[in-house]
Amino acid sequence: MLLPVVGQVIGALGAQAAEQAVQGAGQVADGVGGAHAVQPLDFVSMLFAFMLATFIGIGVIRRVSRLLHTPLMSLTNAISAIAVVGSIMIAGGEHYPTWVRVMGACALFASMTNIISGFMITDRMLKMFHAAPEGQAK
Amino acid sequence: MTTLTSISDTISATLAAGWSLPNMKDIIELAYMISAGLFIFSLHWMSDPKTARRGVFAGVAAMAMAVLFTWAKPDVTRHLWIIIPLALSVWPGIWLANVPLTAVPQRTALSHAFGGLAAGLVGTAKFLYWFHNEPEMLTSFRVAAIVLEVLLGYLTLTGSVIAAAKLQEVKWIPQRPWVYPGQNIVNLIAFGVAVVGGAVLIVQPTAAYAPYIFFGIVFLALNFGWMLVMPIGGADMPTVIAILNAYAGLAAVAMGFVLDNKLLIVAGALDGSSGLILSIIMCKAMNRSFSNVLFGAFGQVQAKAAGGEQKSYKPETPEDAAAMMGQAGLVVVVPGYGMAVAQAQHKVRELYDQLKKKGVDVKFAIHPVAGRMPGHMNVLLAEAEIPYTDLLEMDDINQDMPVCDVCLVLGANDVVNPAARYDKNSPIYGMPIIDADKARMVYAVKRSKNPGFAGIDNELYFLDKTRMLFGDAKAVVGELVKNLAPSASMH
Repeated sequence: MLLPVVGQVIGALGAQAAEQAVQGAGQVADGVGGAHAVQPLDFVSMLFAFMLATFIGIGVIRRVSRLLHTPLMSLTNAISAIAVVGSIMIAGGEHYPTWVRVMGACALFASMTNIISGFMITDRMLKMFHAAPEGQAK
Repeated sequence: MTTLTSISDTISATLAAGWSLPNMKDIIELAYMISAGLFIFSLHWMSDPKTARRGVFAGVAAMAMAVLFTWAKPDVTRHLWIIIPLALSVWPGIWLANVPLTAVPQRTALSHAFGGLAAGLVGTAKFLYWFHNEPEMLTSFRVAAIVLEVLLGYLTLTGSVIAAAKLQEVKWIPQRPWVYPGQNIVNLIAFGVAVVGGAVLIVQPTAAYAPYIFFGIVFLALNFGWMLVMPIGGADMPTVIAILNAYAGLAAVAMGFVLDNKLLIVAGALDGSSGLILSIIMCKAMNRSFSNVLFGAFGQVQAKAAGGEQKSYKPETPEDAAAMMGQAGLVVVVPGYGMAVAQAQHKVRELYDQLKKKGVDVKFAIHPVAGRMPGHMNVLLAEAEIPYTDLLEMDDINQDMPVCDVCLVLGANDVVNPAARYDKNSPIYGMPIIDADKARMVYAVKRSKNPGFAGIDNELYFLDKTRMLFGDAKAVVGELVKNLAPSASMH
């Protein structure tokens, strides 16, 4: 119910900005389904992915043991370093000017550091969790 | 025969098409999808300490796939630009992974800062590149996403740096909340300006003045970060870290919207929901709302609450305390930040061993906000090889507190303050606590006679059944261990 409404609002905005011409409300509405058909579809499916992933995330995270909240945080640190994807595309992209690539390289350094340290420290912490072995102390 | 030939023709044609350049895009998309699925499994396996390490491997596999397939994109050709930052990140990555476990909160905050920086930089680069070279790419949706990405990214950057500095207790950052009159109004106005700027940018992304507005937003975002974290005191750090975790995730989501990449959206959303859930848990554990943590300025209330009539502590020697514990049936240890500061967890392990040898049952009561980040105490005690099956959550241990003979409060303060139950004037009123006062006997280890970090007197310390053990947590527990050890090992 909500998504199409949001989509229409943003779609109307998009059509306005792109055309920069005086247009009637009817034509803008047309733009959503017609000339700009690819674009609105695109972001609606992205919003869809976002919504579903959030629900999955909430469902999965709620079941994470409270014992492991610190490792969970360092693991999600590493996962949110998925920004590495964007950084690689910008740092190594064929046609970017150097100043863009420098920014991409810095971003790549930052996210790669997070990936390495995030996964390594998570594993280091998880290795320490032992259940009580009956009788033997170590 | 003819059918077979045509089928094989079709297959070879499909294969040829499959490995030609245009379909590389599909393969990469498919790899991204598998990677997203692995991330979900990675978090799913964190539900149990037994499967948790599998979760890390799934995460590593997912990330490796994401990196390699992005690198394999046809238009990613400047490999040196990727290899050099990648190589440079190895050493700091390994260094940050091997900090002492007491420093994990700072490390986590710092890594949120890195995440925010990456998102901010990519957003900035994309906007400026599109503005100068492909202005038609700046659709309203993309600009809105970029504004969001840059706001969240840079806000997370400075906010996390301040949080890390506070956690590291560096000298140039005050530990106590930093507040001034009209703070919330200043913040609100600044936020309003940023929103207006963002709206102008969405409507007029290609105007000549757009970069100035864009940098104005970057400037404001950089300031929001420290403005939001400076007024927050050390006791609220677990919530702040969790919120910054959510922001870092949402910045990645926004980047996904900008780059039209669903893997970024999914992974960022997983991270965002994790931060959200953790902050909700932290807020509930302190009986406070989000807005209260962010705008509440905890410090002001405390000033009023402190300074009641002087009551006297009843000190006790470690010898007597050890004797009492040795005869107990159940000893419950309530660890807090004081244990982390004193690095006392290994001594606690020795105490645990000595008591177990005497047939005493030992449990640990872990309050959700004990320490400086969610789950902090569990990791420290696990490091000392205390089985996680003896680390109990607040709700589980509270049922056992009436049958607990000795409760040892070790560097915890607010989480055992009975005032939370009935004193409506107390800043911690309504906060769920560990019922240390219901144990038959309470020993509280305390560094000095001053009130704790929150500045509130803890009534638990003045009960008839409470005895104080003054000193550094590590030293006091060491004394307890010495007195509990069988005389054979005393030589």
